[in-house]
Amino acid sequence: MEFRDEVSIVLGGAAGQGIQTVEEILTHALKRSGYHVYANKEYMSRVRGGINTTEIRVSSRRVRTFVKRIDILVPFKRGVLSWVKDRLSESTVVLGEKENVEEGFLGKVNLVEVPLTKMAMEVGSQLYINTTSAGLIVGLFHGDFKAVEDYIGKRFGSKGENVVMKNIEAARKGYELGIKLCEEGSIRVEIEKNRGVKDEVLLTGTEAVGMGALAGGMAFLSFYPMSPSTGVSTFVAQHAEGFGIIVEQVEDEISAINMALGAWFAGARAMVSTSGGGFALMSEALSLAGMAENPVVIHLAQRPGPATGLPTRTMQGDLNLVLHAGHGDFPRIILAPGSLGEAFYLTAEAFNLADKYQVPVIILTDQYFVDTYYNLPAPDVKNVKFERHIVEAKPGYKRYELTEDGISPRAVPSYGDDVVIANGNEHDEWGDITEDAELTIKMQEKRALRKLETIKRDAPLPKLIGNENSEYLVVSWGSTFHVVEETIEKLGSENVTHLHFSWVYPLNPEAKKFFEGKKVIVVENNITGQFADLLWKELGVKADHRVLKYDGRPFSVEEVLDALREVVE
Amino acid sequence: MNVQLPIGRELFEPRRPGSKDIAWCPGCGNFGIRNILISALAELGLKPNEVAIISGIGQAAKMPHYINANGYHTLHGRAIPIATGVKAANPELTVIAEGGDGDMYAEGGNHMLHAIRRNPDITVLIHDNQIYGLTKGQASPTTMVGMKTPTQPWGVFEKPFNPIALAVALDASFVARTFMGYFKESVEILKKAIRHKGLAIVDILHPCVSFNRINTYAWYREHTYWMEDGPFDRETAFRKAIETDPLPLGIFYINEKPAFEEQVPAYRKDRTPLWKRKPKLELVEKFFEGKRG
Repeated sequence: MEFRDEVSIVLGGAAGQGIQTVEEILTHALKRSGYHVYANKEYMSRVRGGINTTEIRVSSRRVRTFVKRIDILVPFKRGVLSWVKDRLSESTVVLGEKENVEEGFLGKVNLVEVPLTKMAMEVGSQLYINTTSAGLIVGLFHGDFKAVEDYIGKRFGSKGENVVMKNIEAARKGYELGIKLCEEGSIRVEIEKNRGVKDEVLLTGTEAVGMGALAGGMAFLSFYPMSPSTGVSTFVAQHAEGFGIIVEQVEDEISAINMALGAWFAGARAMVSTSGGGFALMSEALSLAGMAENPVVIHLAQRPGPATGLPTRTMQGDLNLVLHAGHGDFPRIILAPGSLGEAFYLTAEAFNLADKYQVPVIILTDQYFVDTYYNLPAPDVKNVKFERHIVEAKPGYKRYELTEDGISPRAVPSYGDDVVIANGNEHDEWGDITEDAELTIKMQEKRALRKLETIKRDAPLPKLIGNENSEYLVVSWGSTFHVVEETIEKLGSENVTHLHFSWVYPLNPEAKKFFEGKKVIVVENNITGQFADLLWKELGVKADHRVLKYDGRPFSVEEVLDALREVVE
Repeated sequence: MNVQLPIGRELFEPRRPGSKDIAWCPGCGNFGIRNILISALAELGLKPNEVAIISGIGQAAKMPHYINANGYHTLHGRAIPIATGVKAANPELTVIAEGGDGDMYAEGGNHMLHAIRRNPDITVLIHDNQIYGLTKGQASPTTMVGMKTPTQPWGVFEKPFNPIALAVALDASFVARTFMGYFKESVEILKKAIRHKGLAIVDILHPCVSFNRINTYAWYREHTYWMEDGPFDRETAFRKAIETDPLPLGIFYINEKPAFEEQVPAYRKDRTPLWKRKPKLELVEKFFEGKRG
């Protein structure tokens, strides 16, 4: 079997078998060898057993999204083929041991037998299966073995020299076999290398969000662990000491967001990282942030709900939650990065926005997005601006001064001679409680209308990619950016244009112009089309077609392509 | 009251228009607590802009409006986490979390438990009048057994929460109880609590003249006594803590231990308050550099 230009490799095994290690070694080594790489995993909500899989796409051109197709499948246990059976085709090569292929598939799939267990045992333990497999696949590409060695050194360095050496030995055995398989012709991979890729960085969504927050001046992160958001907190905790920031795991999400509000009140930039259920617990404090005009940044990595739902899977199902959470009327900003680069810049910018408008800023990602890896040019930190909007509390300072644009200059305690009074009760300009009807009207209008108008006016427009005069407009938001991007490229029709929203709410009224005279197709990963509904409510734009997916899995290029073809052809 | 009031008190008297009309009932114990707090802050030589009072919800939680200091009137039960965030962002501030018995022991109970473990350097003042005032007379976690209320017309049968015993059991850093009717002693306790490094809990008994006809000024005088010594070792403190009638007043327990802000890596090498720090973009760049290889 021969694969040209691009190959989709899937590794499947039980939780605890080290698939993630293979994913890491492969993506790093293949990227360093000069290939464009993309990886994503789907995993079960358990610590051991079950079946988890990772897809790695390796290509001569940029690949940044999920495909259903499996070219090479490496099963680490029996049951993997059944788990992914609808992704197998006649050209799929199964690389591995016969024992790991269920009877029903024998004779029907292209099995290239590789004695992974035996090879690992020769090195000393079955545990080395994962590094042997990683070596094997890099060998198929005639990849740079030095990159494998280096990564193993980095990854296992803390476990001692012997562990590093044994893993390198295991990887080398795999590597040599991979080269042999190519030479024998059992499997051939012909993918052009690209020198530029080596200088790029390999990031995950988790890292992009976490590093964005650190670049944006986050000084305090409070959280309660919840999949799939925990990765961001873990990542930031690893960097807390160097960056000189506080990361605190707290008793519950209520405490997490209230601490963050306190930190912002005292002038420090703070964030919480959570998922839908945790965010639900935060809604009262979100409302306090609205009333007290207390900035806060919230990262919400979505997973399917309601309730516990599917803890480790993906969905864009919490848009309505973040749009409507919190009692009373108050503005908020919702951002949903579409690419890893954007996740870095937007998360950093979220802190400036919170500081400037004194509102909650919510960064919506999802399991698929945070677990996505690919190579990209390193974000340029020079493009990150640190814009503080803090004034001195001079004598007579009024925290809630009535202003034309709805934004009252914000002072923080101890900066200036006067005091700062913030309040979750309706208040006068100084921050003291009021029950006055006229003042209530003024304060409501300042917060809920004038400030919202100011934000809307400043809101960036969505990104239009393709022919302005097309008949069809395919709309994506957040994590569906790349899948729509690649699908439209594949479709290759001048008649289909892509419009992407990373700034999800509030929408700039000018965004309406993109939709004029178009047939609108909205692609989103939820059951009702929450963003399509938002377009109708905010811009009066009606979605002619909704392409929806709600099985807890991300869209594949094939699925979106089928759906678009059905509409446009 | 023939007590010499300290110099500096006037600094803490607010002059804002919204601080004139005090929402407490005539004769409410909260007036006394306000006086005690102002005196303590003034005697400690603090300035209004160096103090932040973070309150929850309830009559007690209206304090930030009646004292001239930085203030944040927040949500029911959430004063402690917010105060923790304030102190973490700016350890140079004197931070006080304030609220009633419902605020701190019911709605905010979980935060109280974990704040004791976390030990931020804040002072928690609980205005404990053993009843819900602002919602008009329902039982609180510290209401005495047998008291009939509009929502417990059959009489309260849940055993009252014992905040002192809980705090000692959790090895809290500073645990005290006072009755606001004793002005001078209360000022001294509050001064010690505010000066104490670490979480200081002061349960302040006070009457609710509108809804609690049992625990009156006279009742508190009759049913409390000042402990001669104290603070005690943990076991003795616990024995004292479980005495219920009369209720002991004074400092039960002090356990000097590192505060949250001293433990977090962020402040180990650099004492600059978080809010004054800037992002370390050079480290971001270095991170990306490492991601090339």
